[in-house]
Amino acid sequence: MNWEAVIGLEVHIQLATKTKIFSGAATAYGAAPNTQACAIDLGMPGVLPVLNEQAVRMAVKLGLALGATIAPRSVFARKNYFYPDLPKGYQISQYELPVVADGELTIELDADVSKRIGIIRAHLEEDAGKSLHEGFEQVTAIDLNRAGTPLIEVVSAPDMRSAKEAVAYMKKLHSLVRYLEISDGNMQEGSFRCDANISVRPLGEQRLGTRTEVKNVNSFRFVERAINYEIQRQIELLEDGGKVVQETRLFDTSRNETRPMRTKEEANDYRYFPDPDLLPLEIEPALIEEVRKTLPELPDAKRERFMRDYGLDAYDSTVLTASRALADYFEAVAAQCADAKLAGNWVMGELAGALNKAGLDITETPVSSEMLGVLLQRIKDNTLSGKIAKEVFEAMWNGEGGADAVIERRGLKQLTDRSALEAIIEEVIAANPNQTQQYRAGKEKLLGFFVGQVMKATKGQANPQLVNELLQEKLGG
Amino acid sequence: MSLGPSQVREIAHLARLTIDGNDIPAYAENLSRILDFVDQLGSAATEGTAPLAHPLEMPQRLRADAVDEEDQRELFQSIAPATQDGLYLVPKVIE
Amino acid sequence: MHKKTIAQLVAGLRSGEFTSIELTRACLERIRRLDSKLNAFITVSEEQALAAAQAADSARAVGQGGALTGIPIAHKDIFCTRGVKTTCGSRMLDNFIAPYDAHVVERLKAAGAVMVGKTNMDEFAMGSSNETSFFGPVRNPWVDTAVPGGSSGGSAAAVAARLVPAATGTDTGGSIRQPAALCGISGLKPTYGRVSRYGMIAFASSLDQGGPMARTVEDLAWLIEAMAGFDPRDSTCVERPVPRYAAGIDAPLTGLTIGLPKEYFGEGLSPAVGDLIQAAIDVLHRLGAQIKEISLPNSRLAVPVYYVIAPAEASSNLSRYDGARYGYRCSQPRDLEDMYERTRSEGFGAEVKRRIMVGTYVLSAGYYDAYYLKAQQVRRMIRDDFIRAFEEVDVIMGPTAPTAAFDLGEKTSDPVQMYLSDIYTIAVNLAGLPALSIPTGFAAGRPVGLQLIGNFFAEERLLNVGHRYQQETDWHARIPPGYE
Repeated sequence: MNWEAVIGLEVHIQLATKTKIFSGAATAYGAAPNTQACAIDLGMPGVLPVLNEQAVRMAVKLGLALGATIAPRSVFARKNYFYPDLPKGYQISQYELPVVADGELTIELDADVSKRIGIIRAHLEEDAGKSLHEGFEQVTAIDLNRAGTPLIEVVSAPDMRSAKEAVAYMKKLHSLVRYLEISDGNMQEGSFRCDANISVRPLGEQRLGTRTEVKNVNSFRFVERAINYEIQRQIELLEDGGKVVQETRLFDTSRNETRPMRTKEEANDYRYFPDPDLLPLEIEPALIEEVRKTLPELPDAKRERFMRDYGLDAYDSTVLTASRALADYFEAVAAQCADAKLAGNWVMGELAGALNKAGLDITETPVSSEMLGVLLQRIKDNTLSGKIAKEVFEAMWNGEGGADAVIERRGLKQLTDRSALEAIIEEVIAANPNQTQQYRAGKEKLLGFFVGQVMKATKGQANPQLVNELLQEKLGG
Repeated sequence: MSLGPSQVREIAHLARLTIDGNDIPAYAENLSRILDFVDQLGSAATEGTAPLAHPLEMPQRLRADAVDEEDQRELFQSIAPATQDGLYLVPKVIE
Repeated sequence: MHKKTIAQLVAGLRSGEFTSIELTRACLERIRRLDSKLNAFITVSEEQALAAAQAADSARAVGQGGALTGIPIAHKDIFCTRGVKTTCGSRMLDNFIAPYDAHVVERLKAAGAVMVGKTNMDEFAMGSSNETSFFGPVRNPWVDTAVPGGSSGGSAAAVAARLVPAATGTDTGGSIRQPAALCGISGLKPTYGRVSRYGMIAFASSLDQGGPMARTVEDLAWLIEAMAGFDPRDSTCVERPVPRYAAGIDAPLTGLTIGLPKEYFGEGLSPAVGDLIQAAIDVLHRLGAQIKEISLPNSRLAVPVYYVIAPAEASSNLSRYDGARYGYRCSQPRDLEDMYERTRSEGFGAEVKRRIMVGTYVLSAGYYDAYYLKAQQVRRMIRDDFIRAFEEVDVIMGPTAPTAAFDLGEKTSDPVQMYLSDIYTIAVNLAGLPALSIPTGFAAGRPVGLQLIGNFFAEERLLNVGHRYQQETDWHARIPPGYE
């Protein structure tokens, strides 16, 4: 039988506010335990939540970028359960009336294949603290620094059909929140976390199969592996005449498999009700318009523009707009060297390779866009050959300064002086009488040999075009 | 609405309370009496009436995103039952 | 000195007749001598009180200080006080020393008031008789076999017995007004949002409101002026100027229309109480007020609505008491679940557990709509009844409680009977309105209270009417035998 997978993702994104969603405590990552947990975050008696305006603005920003509806009125509710990293015994979240609803995100699958993924809702909520189990005997240690960090949970429609689509969606959303500067998207630090709802059904069937939820898959690679594993597991189960049990599973990264969570599976009854400490959140059209004005050019629009204005193909445009920083870098280089194709090739080639090798992000590059732009200018004005330019790039990468300084210091300037080249060419012809004779007898492919000799004699600095031209002239004569 | 002993135990567990076996009948009786009493609400004609969650029908006031809390860990943990190296300690969580 | 009102004490301090140290020592002395009978205090903070009194005297000497500089007061033990134990009447917080002051505590401190201690109360404010306190019941100064009312029973008894000139209270379903009535003092429950709830330990967040308890309405005006005000830490606290309440209390009552809801004078009201209320209405009528019968048709549903909403909010508010970060933790927990269950079972008393369970039940899957949502709909109907009534009248009046103080133990076996003692006060909290209770006579030697309900933020009007009534009567000046 042919099977179809149905996947929906719930992504929890930490918002890059300075303070918690309901308190004025700092949200910086990596502080000493409980030094950023104030009385409100600790759930002390009598203290009260007050909503962070910036978190609301960020939610609006995301909603606008997803083409979603911003609710004029949304409500914070309490989700009640007991856990030591949840100090109040309830999480403040949005339940019946979320701040953002009905959006969509377009993902690119192949060069020219894209797909729209529905966004059911996005709601604001507070993060929990952290429970530390390792290194303690008989006890669990609790750090509440993360408690109260603002989260926006983005819930997709079950529109994805493969792990590949799910990863493309996650990457697109990740890129979007960084474009919007509402999250640092740092997956190692837990700023961008994903739960996947997965089911399978016979191809052509309309009804959904029983789903499982795979919790906390926190890298693109693990999402792909976890989903593929889970799809396969469900298909095998069904083909063997079994049934999928609706349950929550964890992805075991060391074994590359999902397994049911061992927590005592009691029927969760969260007893949601409107938080009486927080009045309804009302968002005025004026605020929406104000936020709209701060929206940057979004990835899809940028991609279109790159294709249109720079003449780049779909693939290159997608790669170059993957992050706002990369796109900005590319545009600066292209402007400086006035050659978008050349700029694109270098950014995706030499630069991306070097960054990848060094494990650096574009924002950490030692070669600034201006430095690369100048280098490419030197190719354009024939100061450098492409080959020598790579050597200069490497020198810049290693901190030897800008292109002009490297060229000067290393004497890499391309030889374009006609008379000087003529002298060298004549010497080469004189030194190779046999080859000269053969060439003149019609073996024209020996031209390459002569070019090589001239390049060798000039340490690669001769302008290749000029060498060709002069050689043909001299040998022909 | 009358609650039986198993329902009392269930509700108690949801609220993380243990009720001594001997006290269960008394709790069951009192809770049932309270629920019977509030069942009067069933007679109210509420069709078309919007729920009122809060006496103040005004919007949420927002707070500027500025740090105004300082580290008071030492003070807060001076009243904690068990801490170590700045962490709160609780009995092992079994997952 | 203990017989003086705040207004008189302020004058005495100002003229140098006595100092705050002398006054504070006198209070502490009366507490020491008389409170063993009453059990009105959980904590007496003598050392801090004397230091604050000293500071108040110094401030006065150089012409500084606020309206209440040097006046001793007590705080209900539901208000967090930095450095002084805050128990909320519970074993759960028997060891809890708050790291911060409640906004009300801050404001009264800023106005110069001297805190002498923390008063007894029903556990987590859940009770109408002060019998649910972990620290034992409070006795009514008028009749020592009677309850003082609750939940602010300690504050009411302390003020009635002249241990302190004033105290703070909180009112979720009548917890200021009912004990004020039962102890023969004056108490004001402000409009929801008038006083910040920050640092006031939550019972039912959409109903809780702090307010003053004192012997006269004039004193209440002084106190509420100090307590009210905007607090950015409570987003349900209203940003609205605080009137100079004391300035308007003498206004004449001509042109005032008083509404008498027929539902407040029917079945369940003790005839003796009814007669006293009628007599009070006659006094106000003589002072120029028009009297009009009105109807609040959904009144009978107020108590059932309350016993869905308040326990629901409480069940969630009290989840934080889990033994992990502060407060009581059971000994030698086997595992996490054991810690949660034993800490909470041992830390909370029976009534609190009962209400947590009711609240948990009404919010649980399958019951939410029938109970919680339904209660919220009826809550709106109850509020709308008041809104309509205030189109016709300025103040609504009736009994604060259906009877005078009942005896200790009289209602502890039947929670519903206990709940019905708040039948006239609860609707006010559901609607968020301000209300005042003032002494209006005695039934068989036990005080009776008159309740005045005002429109939203109409505290000034209530205080005005209450003050004019007290100008004509002397019920508020009566002192319980043995406490002269």
